[in-house]
Amino acid sequence: MPVLTPDSALSLGATWSQVRRSAHERAIAAPFPTIDEETWRYSRIGELDLTTFAIAETPTTITGASSQVTVTQVPASSASVDSSLADLFAQSTSTDLFNSLNLAHMDVVVVSVARGVVASQPIVITHTLNGDGSVYFPRLVIDAAENSEVTVVERFISDDGVRSLVVPVLDARAAQSARVRYLAINELGDKSWQIGEHDSVGERDSDTLLATVALGGDYARVSTAARLRGQGSNTRQVALYFAGGTQMHDFRTLQEHAAPRTTSDLLFKGAVQDTAKSVYTGLIKIHNNAKGSVAYQTNRNLTLSHGAWAESVPNLEIETNDVKCSHASTVGPIDEDQLFYLESRGVNPDVAQRLVVLGFFDEVLAQLPVGNLAAPLRQRVAQKLSIGDRS
Amino acid sequence: MSTLEIRDLHASVGKKKILHGVNLSISSGEVHAVMGPNGAGKSTLSAVVMGKTGYTVTSGSVLLDGVEMLGIPTWKRASAGLHLVMQYPTEVPGVMLNDVLSEALKGRGRDGDIARLDTLLKTEAGRIHFDEKFLDRPLNVDLSGGEKKRNETLQLSILKPLFVILDELDSGLDVDALRDCARRVMDATSEDSLGALVITHYSRLLTELRPSKIHILVKGQIVKTGGPELADVLERDGYAAFTPAEVAAEADAKDDPMGLNLFP
Repeated sequence: MPVLTPDSALSLGATWSQVRRSAHERAIAAPFPTIDEETWRYSRIGELDLTTFAIAETPTTITGASSQVTVTQVPASSASVDSSLADLFAQSTSTDLFNSLNLAHMDVVVVSVARGVVASQPIVITHTLNGDGSVYFPRLVIDAAENSEVTVVERFISDDGVRSLVVPVLDARAAQSARVRYLAINELGDKSWQIGEHDSVGERDSDTLLATVALGGDYARVSTAARLRGQGSNTRQVALYFAGGTQMHDFRTLQEHAAPRTTSDLLFKGAVQDTAKSVYTGLIKIHNNAKGSVAYQTNRNLTLSHGAWAESVPNLEIETNDVKCSHASTVGPIDEDQLFYLESRGVNPDVAQRLVVLGFFDEVLAQLPVGNLAAPLRQRVAQKLSIGDRS
Repeated sequence: MSTLEIRDLHASVGKKKILHGVNLSISSGEVHAVMGPNGAGKSTLSAVVMGKTGYTVTSGSVLLDGVEMLGIPTWKRASAGLHLVMQYPTEVPGVMLNDVLSEALKGRGRDGDIARLDTLLKTEAGRIHFDEKFLDRPLNVDLSGGEKKRNETLQLSILKPLFVILDELDSGLDVDALRDCARRVMDATSEDSLGALVITHYSRLLTELRPSKIHILVKGQIVKTGGPELADVLERDGYAAFTPAEVAAEADAKDDPMGLNLFP
C-alpha cells in the first residue's frame, strides 16, 4: 500500500502525542482510495503515488494577528506540545486516509477568539510550498468562542514546475452565536497537487462562511463539509474555480443539517478552458430532527473550450418533510443570447466573452469574506482567460 | 444622409421559411413602422438584419449606404451604425452597463465619449427618467419591463447609431415609460438624424412614435406600404384586410412540404 511508512512518520521527533500516533495507525490501516468509490469518482487519485513524496515542514507566514486573537503555531517538529492542543484533536477520529495522514504529520495553526471578541482585521496565513517532491500537512483550527467573530484567509502558493503535494485540513468551530468567515485561495503552480478538506461545525445561532477560490494546481481537490449542529445555525459555502491547460479541480461538498431551523446556502461557480476538467458533487443531508430547515445548493459551470469537461452531480438526502430545499446545476458554454446582446451593441466577440465570464464569477466574488480581495482575484481570472489569445 | 435598404430578403429558421422577400428602404431622420400580426416574421426581420445566429438568409440584401451587411459579424454591423432595441432585453449577470458601453464606444473609436461616459449616462438617464441607481446594476438584471426598455433607450442615445430597429418597444411597457422612450427616439431623429424602424403589433405606439411610412408585414412579405393613415385602417379592419388570397396561398404552399395544397 503506497502510504507513508511508519518510519518516515516517527522520524519527525519526540512530539508524537497519542493523537498523532493513533491517527498514524488509522492512516496505515486505511485502504488507498480508488475511483470506484463514489467520493473519488472522476478524480485523478489513481495517478498519486505517495511514496514519491517526502514529508516537509510547512513554510507558513501569518499576518494580521492582533491582541484580539490568539494565534498559535505548532509545527510537527515542535519539541513540546501543550496538552490543551492535544485536547483540541481528541474528537478527531476520521478514518479517511488523507485526514488521518494530516493529523499524524500536521503543522498546526490555531486561531482562537475569546468570547464576545470581534477580530477587526482578517488573519492571513500563507503557505509557500516550493519543495520539489515534498508533501505538506498544514492544519488550521479556527476556534471561535461564544458570540465572537473572526475572518481567516489561507493562501496556498507554489511555483510552476514544482512537484509538491499539500494535504491541508481546516477545522472550524463556531460556538453559540459566533461568526466565522474563511477563505482558501489556491495559487499553486502547474505541477502541484492538493487534496484538502474543510470542516466546519456550527453551534446554536452561529454563522459560518467557507469560501474557496481555486485557480492553480495540477490536480486540486477540496472536500468541504459544513455541519449545522445547533438550532438556528446558518452556513454558506461559496467557490470560484477556473481550470485551464490540463488542470483538474475537484470539489465534494456536504451541507449537513442536524438541528432544527438551520439554514445552508451553497454557490459554486466554475469554468474550464483548453482541456481542463472539473468535478462538483454535492450532498444536502437533512436529519429528521432538523425541522424547519432551509437548504439551497447551486453549481454552475462554463465550458469555454470544446476539449474542456465539467461534471456536476447534486444530491439530496432528506429525512423530514418540514424543510425547504432546492438544488440547481448547469454545465454548458457561454449563453448565446448574452453574447448576442453585447455584440449587438458593437462589442467584439472576444471582449464580449471575457465580460460574460468575468460577470459570471462576480456573484461569487461579491460574497467573499474579504471584500478588497475581489478586485485582484478578478484580475487573476482575467489574466488566465485564454479567450482572444490566439494571436 | 444615410440609407438602410432591405432588398428581397428571404430567411428561414430551420426548415421553415419565415421571410418571403421583404423590401423596404429608410433614410436618415425618418421613422418607419413595420406592423404585422403574430407570426408575420417581425422579430425574424430584426434578428436577420442584426445577424443573430439561428437564422438562415437564403437570398436578398441588407445594405447600409450601399454596403452589404449580410455575412459580416453582428458587432461590425453595430459599429457600422445598426442598432437593435430588443423586445426582451437579455439579462447579463455581473456585466455592468458602463463596461459594455465603454467597449462599444472603443470599437467605434470614440475615446472622448468614454472619458465622459459617466456624465453622458447621467444626462441621458435624466432625459428619460431612468433612476440613476440602475446605472450600477448588471445589464437588465432585476429590472422591471419598463426599466429594461428605458435601459435600452439609454444605450441607444449614447451609442448614436445611424439606424435603429425597435423590436416591439411597447411590449411590457407602462404608459409613462412608453412615452419617455418614444420621445427620446423622436428627439434622436431630429437631433442626430437617427433613422428608426419601429416594429410593432399595435398602433398605440404610433401615437408617440410618429412614422412617415407604415409597412404591413403579413406572412413574411410587405403587403402594403402607405402613410400614417394606414394605422387607422388597421385599427378599424384588422390585419385580415391586408392578406390577399394569392399571398396567403403562396405562403401556405411554401409551408407545405408535401406540396399538398388542399385549401387553395
